[in-house]
Amino acid sequence: MHAIEETIKETCKKLWDHGEVNRILAWEKGLFDYDAAPVLFRSRERISRLVYNEHCGVNLSKFLIKEMEKEGKVLVLLKPCDTYGFNQLLSENRVNREKVYILGVPCGGMRDEKGLLFKCLSCKGNDFKASDQIIESDLSVPAPVPSGEEEKLNKMTAEERFAFWRGQLSKCIRCNACRNVCPACSCIKCVFDNRDSGIEAKANSDAFEENLFHIIRAFHVAGRCTDCGECSRVCPQNIPLYLLNRKMIEEMNERYGTYQAGENPEAKSPLTEFKESDPEVSAEYGKGGVSSC
Amino acid sequence: MPKEETMSNRTNVLIPGIGVITDVRRDTPDVKTFRVNGGEGRKPFEHMPGQCAMLSIPGVGEAMFSITSSPTNRDYMEFSIKKCGCLTDWLHQMEKGQEIALRGPYGNYFPVDTDLKGKNLLFIAGGIGIAPLRSVIHYVIDNRGDYGLVDIVYGARSAEDLVNLEEMRKDWSNVEGFRVHLTIDRSEEGWDGNVAFVPDYVRELKFSNDRTALVCGPPVMIKFVLQALEEMGFAGTEIYTTMELKMKCGVGKCGRCNIGSKYVCKDGPVFRYDELGVLPSEY
Amino acid sequence: MLKMPLKCLDALFLELSKEHQVYAPMEKAGSVSFFPWKEGDTVCLDTLLTDHSPKSFFFPQSETLYRARREEGSLSIVPEEAEEISSVYFGVRACDRRSFEILDRVFLSTPCDSCYESKRRNGYVVTLACENPEDTCFCQTFGIDPAWPGGDVSVWIADGDLYWKSLTEKGEALTELVEGLFEAGDREKAEEEKAKIRKKLEALPLKDLSLGRFEHPDSAMDLFESEQWETLSDTCLGCGICTFLCPTCQCYDICDYDSGHEIRKFRCWDSCMYPGFTEMSHGNNRNSQMQRFRQRFMHKLVYFPENNGGVNSCVGCGRCLRKCPSSLNIVRVIKAIGESDAEGGNDE
Repeated sequence: MHAIEETIKETCKKLWDHGEVNRILAWEKGLFDYDAAPVLFRSRERISRLVYNEHCGVNLSKFLIKEMEKEGKVLVLLKPCDTYGFNQLLSENRVNREKVYILGVPCGGMRDEKGLLFKCLSCKGNDFKASDQIIESDLSVPAPVPSGEEEKLNKMTAEERFAFWRGQLSKCIRCNACRNVCPACSCIKCVFDNRDSGIEAKANSDAFEENLFHIIRAFHVAGRCTDCGECSRVCPQNIPLYLLNRKMIEEMNERYGTYQAGENPEAKSPLTEFKESDPEVSAEYGKGGVSSC
Repeated sequence: MPKEETMSNRTNVLIPGIGVITDVRRDTPDVKTFRVNGGEGRKPFEHMPGQCAMLSIPGVGEAMFSITSSPTNRDYMEFSIKKCGCLTDWLHQMEKGQEIALRGPYGNYFPVDTDLKGKNLLFIAGGIGIAPLRSVIHYVIDNRGDYGLVDIVYGARSAEDLVNLEEMRKDWSNVEGFRVHLTIDRSEEGWDGNVAFVPDYVRELKFSNDRTALVCGPPVMIKFVLQALEEMGFAGTEIYTTMELKMKCGVGKCGRCNIGSKYVCKDGPVFRYDELGVLPSEY
Repeated sequence: MLKMPLKCLDALFLELSKEHQVYAPMEKAGSVSFFPWKEGDTVCLDTLLTDHSPKSFFFPQSETLYRARREEGSLSIVPEEAEEISSVYFGVRACDRRSFEILDRVFLSTPCDSCYESKRRNGYVVTLACENPEDTCFCQTFGIDPAWPGGDVSVWIADGDLYWKSLTEKGEALTELVEGLFEAGDREKAEEEKAKIRKKLEALPLKDLSLGRFEHPDSAMDLFESEQWETLSDTCLGCGICTFLCPTCQCYDICDYDSGHEIRKFRCWDSCMYPGFTEMSHGNNRNSQMQRFRQRFMHKLVYFPENNGGVNSCVGCGRCLRKCPSSLNIVRVIKAIGESDAEGGNDE
């Protein structure tokens, strides 16, 4: 891994010297060995602080939105899974492709002090879905290990599932980290920050209303969520948000065919496109409700 | 035995009392002055000039407003409110007899009984900035002997934006030792008074720096007026101004109005110019 | 010093429950926090820090202030009655216990916050010494000793026994309730445990963290003007994790909830990291994330101490180190701005 880190540094320096980029979004050492902190390098000297190791789990593409306001091109280190989030931002015009230089960095699975990151257990594979240059290596991503949680949830009765989610979502402290880290959540004025939406609440006085935040957000990102797992990783209360999003993806795949957001920036999400072959939901499931929920 | 809870001694300081609007007066196209009583025909609570109160309508919003009437007014409390957001929009369509929730008084006040006593005073206001200063001006009028000469410089965008114009022309101009200098930004038909921005007018009037200045208005106006006063040799200890930041609790705990080591709702809104100098420039 | 076998903890809680609601660290749905204890519940005393800080005992995430009705121009306001429930909080760590002192300075200062005051008055704090401090702990920087956690009663666990020492009048009242379950304890055993803890502290990576320039009030403006704020805040997402998990952060908002039948005015945690925190109808005095980021740390390390006799609004618990999605935290700020020279930059 150290050799890869050196190659990345050299590549960055070269690109900087050629005047291709004037900022670099990468990682530097955090407080401890198992802590790599996302950072923006604004000067060439700082590139020597760059680290790239198995603790670089953060998806740096979300930070690009702020970088678009500045002049010049920014170089960003993206792992294969991060490129899905990037494509999603691109398809929604939140980043300008001309102002980003993607350096694809190889990944062998990311870890924290407890072990392999949960999202790495469902790795999407080695392919970079967007890149300007790729650092080669013989690292291979971890093989997917199904967690079995989705099946468990599907097997529950409606009452059991309700109780499960009430239990999990009541842990929520409305920190909004899941929203802020999500590549599909980039509205300039979020509906939850809007007084007039009726759902603006930092922590609502009625506990049930509080739980709705996640359900509403899951609906808002449906069809655009790339299943990157960042929301679940950052949640300080360990709420398995990925289960909500995966349920949405499962339902959509069932109706509209398998679709992976972020794979191709030109592709249209089934929810933003209409095809004549789309099933008529009410006709299929009967007016008044859907049977599987 | 339950304690009689008035607006000044409630157990929970975040809970307002209910007042009733006894008069509504339109001053300008976007400013109205409301007279509020605390029920039983009395003032809701006592205050000192410069202090503010939190007015609220449950379900609509809550915000801090300066009390524009003087404590020497025994009969009612007045608020001059500019229509510029959710709560103020709602207040503007309210009528006499309707109820409003309020709590206070909050903040510090102009040192009318200490540092300002015996001084010559120079009031400089722009637009709705006249509201807190009006409280001091009435206090001075009602305690005329305690203060020296008074000059009032007041300006607005246009003639119709001057708040309390009648009162200034008829009453204030006729108080002994008072001079009122009005100005508007651009000349218009029917106005034969001065035309200039307030900071420029202040320079033009060439006040001697043996006065204490009290300045209140839009941040940009305050900035340039302070510059002008400095040029004219006013010391930082002889200039008072008010600061406005978003406030919610009113008691220095929720953190919103914190700037440097001060809380505008508790250590302000009245600040002396030299005190502002040590605060970080985030206002 | 009293002593009882740790396996009798349930009996202790049962006895305390006769007069108080007992709260203890428990695991629910994958998260360890303080929950109300009832017979049969398993308590987690091994976890060093709860996910939620115990500030929620006295300053809950949301609490109703009053209920109002608005009908044709007239209003009615009914204040919410304070629930005076006596509660014992068992297992509070030294850092979290110190955070109560910091919150007291804010909420109990004039005018006293009655919601906080009633909960604080009715709360009994039983602290637990930290057998195993972790890498992310830096309470020592703020003069906190995890081996001597304070509170109304302090508890140490050593060799399968629980040692109990009352420290205040409230602690005495609790002790009277339960002393039947205890026998006289060997002070030396507890001292041994304390010595073990202090030895572990010496091996912690952050043990030498010093506040540097943050200790000197004269350098406040220098600290404010540091160029490091820009670099540090580049990757701040502006979420509320640090503020909500921090045991000493106490910013709040006052909001309305219109249920259709009535309007509930409630207070809830807010974060100075949110863009809307200082937004007014005519503008925002902190428009960039850098300004908000700087405000939070300047408040904690400079402004708050200025108003509170040098006490910093941080207890070194390390929650922000563990949970920030961008690996930002107060230690990095202290190192980058407090420890180094104006030009140096943060060299670890």
